[in-house]
Amino acid sequence: MKHIISILMENEAGALSRVAGLFSARAYNIESLTVAPTEDATLSRMTIVTSGSDEVIEQIIKQLNKLIDVVKVLDLNDGRFIERELMLVKVKATGPFRDEMKRMCDIFRGRIIDVADGSYTIELTGSGSKLDAFLEALDKAAILETVRTGASGIGRGDRILKL
Amino acid sequence: MELSGAEIVIRCLQEENVKYVFGYPGGAVLNIYDEIFKQDKFKHILVRHEQAAVHAADAYSRATGEVGVALVTSGPGATNAITGIATAHMDSIPMVVISGQAPTPAIGLDAFQEVDMIGISRPCVKHNFLVKDVKDIAPTIKKAFFIAATGRPGPVVVDIPKDITAHLGAFDYPKSVEMRSYTPILKGHSGQIKKAIKLMLDAKRPMLYTGGGVVLGDASQELIKLARRLGFPITNTLMGLGGYPATDKQFVGMPGMHGTLEANMAMQECDVLVAIGSRFDDRVIGNPQHFYNKNRTIIHVDVDPSSISKRVKVDVPIVGHVQSVLAEMNELLDAETRTPDPVALKAWWTQIEEWRSRNCLNYNRNSDIIKPQYVIEKLWEVTKGEAYVTSDVGQHQMWAAQYYKFDKPRRWINSGGLGTMGVGLPYAMGVQFADPSAKVACVTGEGSIQMNIQELSTCKQFHLPIKVILLNNRYLGMVRQWQQFFYENRYSESYMDSLPDFVKLAESYGHVGMNIEKPADVEGALTEAFNLTDRFVFMNFITDQNENVFPMVPNGKGLSEIILAEDL
Ligand SMILES: Cc1ncc(C[n+]2csc(CCOP(=O)(O)OP(=O)(O)O)c2C)c(N)n1
Ligand SMILES: [Mg+2]
Repeated sequence: MKHIISILMENEAGALSRVAGLFSARAYNIESLTVAPTEDATLSRMTIVTSGSDEVIEQIIKQLNKLIDVVKVLDLNDGRFIERELMLVKVKATGPFRDEMKRMCDIFRGRIIDVADGSYTIELTGSGSKLDAFLEALDKAAILETVRTGASGIGRGDRILKL
Repeated sequence: MELSGAEIVIRCLQEENVKYVFGYPGGAVLNIYDEIFKQDKFKHILVRHEQAAVHAADAYSRATGEVGVALVTSGPGATNAITGIATAHMDSIPMVVISGQAPTPAIGLDAFQEVDMIGISRPCVKHNFLVKDVKDIAPTIKKAFFIAATGRPGPVVVDIPKDITAHLGAFDYPKSVEMRSYTPILKGHSGQIKKAIKLMLDAKRPMLYTGGGVVLGDASQELIKLARRLGFPITNTLMGLGGYPATDKQFVGMPGMHGTLEANMAMQECDVLVAIGSRFDDRVIGNPQHFYNKNRTIIHVDVDPSSISKRVKVDVPIVGHVQSVLAEMNELLDAETRTPDPVALKAWWTQIEEWRSRNCLNYNRNSDIIKPQYVIEKLWEVTKGEAYVTSDVGQHQMWAAQYYKFDKPRRWINSGGLGTMGVGLPYAMGVQFADPSAKVACVTGEGSIQMNIQELSTCKQFHLPIKVILLNNRYLGMVRQWQQFFYENRYSESYMDSLPDFVKLAESYGHVGMNIEKPADVEGALTEAFNLTDRFVFMNFITDQNENVFPMVPNGKGLSEIILAEDL
């Protein structure tokens, strides 16, 4: 099953490579990984999307906790949470595509953030599956380029990951 | 007053009460070596290869429980150290390895003798640090020792660029370490411990299975008390030997691939298995699917949460320091009037005795050729079971583990997890420094000894009275054994040709060399060698080439699929 794991870690050089190295050394799946500092500049917040059996996920959490730089680990799937990802898609906007793309963008509540003669750049946020659905819905021939940030996640209500 | 970074390094090591630093100099650590020259609080041991420095520091730690310290230069010094670091990491040995690094402004520019030590060592250390400022040296070294020694121990690398060792800074050694990201759990959960006690008292076919955690956690006394109070059979893994006295009647030998029939069958057939500081390694339990037994409840005590339910799902996990958990168990048992069901326990012991009566470690004692097992038995007798025994990796290692009966922890020093050929001699050096008057035997093979043979020179320089027990079978015996069993006798590259004359070789370094070719000479030669209390003696025993290690649980099989010598 897919899991979204949130990690608070020391904002130290090399911390990212410890996590990435752990996943490759132990052959864990890694679908996406995002990391950036938090409001406390000494801490980084990382979100990893991974998948595996319950046993594998349990090991991943334990192994992450074992890393010396890791302060806290939370499996967001253990409770209610919100997942968001940002995607930028550059699509063809010539001929019939020009209206079609605008319409699809509206349906998925995206925004056109750059307009050129032959193309639009669409910004879309949502869960990973919503972004997948958008790409699915587009005519493959229209897609010029996609870039996704990977998922970020946060617990709902008072599920808070903080020191 | 301001000190140079190099002086600060030295002062830190002194503050940590380091007695020996095993190392090898080079450009990036010249400033540090200059400061070593000016001090005499600790001794520097110059080895002949950085791998040996790290192994010796590792063994020093295994024998004493203190943090071992090694010092190497950048580039090739650092890469040579890696095998030693990985070896210590696999066996959870606390160690601090200081490596030199190219000067900060040169890092990343493919500077002379630059290697990304942080990157290379990352997968085989507990943690590592690159020091980027002279003011960080003391807090970093303090943290390194703390991390190495606490929780599940392990090696920590501190990589110090050369310019940092020249910069000036104030020296202030921190009294303590506080790390919000690293807080090892010590005390086990009381509720879980109570649950475990109840299960143990209700068990009909109990089994204690203990590992390196008992040795590293100095929990031997607590373990002995627990085992005696309960009267349960007990097995110690390769890493756990000596955790419980091997000459005690409750001890059923080592489990696993080359474990005894009685240990393996009891592991498989018990109804309550109490794993203490052991990790269900593939060489211990074989195939987890075959190991699974629905009628068995497993209790697992370990300091590392990630060891629990990693290979085998356990029923009662207890995360905590083994010593503290066992002490708490003993307290609960002291206050408890119940004992395990005597009738059931007696029946269980009867079953175990039946397995034991198969005498699975028997071998041909009337052979005209020296049997390797015989050499180890005699070694045990001649040293009265008191020696430190280091070993290399191969058949000789298994024979040493099977036939030398270790009654005390920290006496059996070998590479269990990584299985590193070449550790034997440097391990013996580390141990001899730890206990200068002790009898130290290095059981080795003619393949393994040649992997760090250069250390004969270090042994000469420091007058180490080690006894090398070479079980010379002219084969990479363990490889040959697998080829015989699983590759239809195709002995691909497993012979050892062009061996040196080991006696002359030893003599050329100023040591005593002995060739022993007849069974009748074994005991006398050993006695003679150990009587040379101030000499290094290299004993070349010409042993039976075709001897195999039994029992054997073939790779990927279950423990009850064990093959005994008599089966073939
Ligand atoms: C560094 C290293 N290389 C290779 C191996 C694989 N290996 C395991 S045992 C063994 C043979 C060891 O031969 P020897 O030292 O003569 O011991 P014997 O088995 O004959 O007692 C080999 C090659 C290893 N464990 N370590
Ligand atoms: Mg050999």
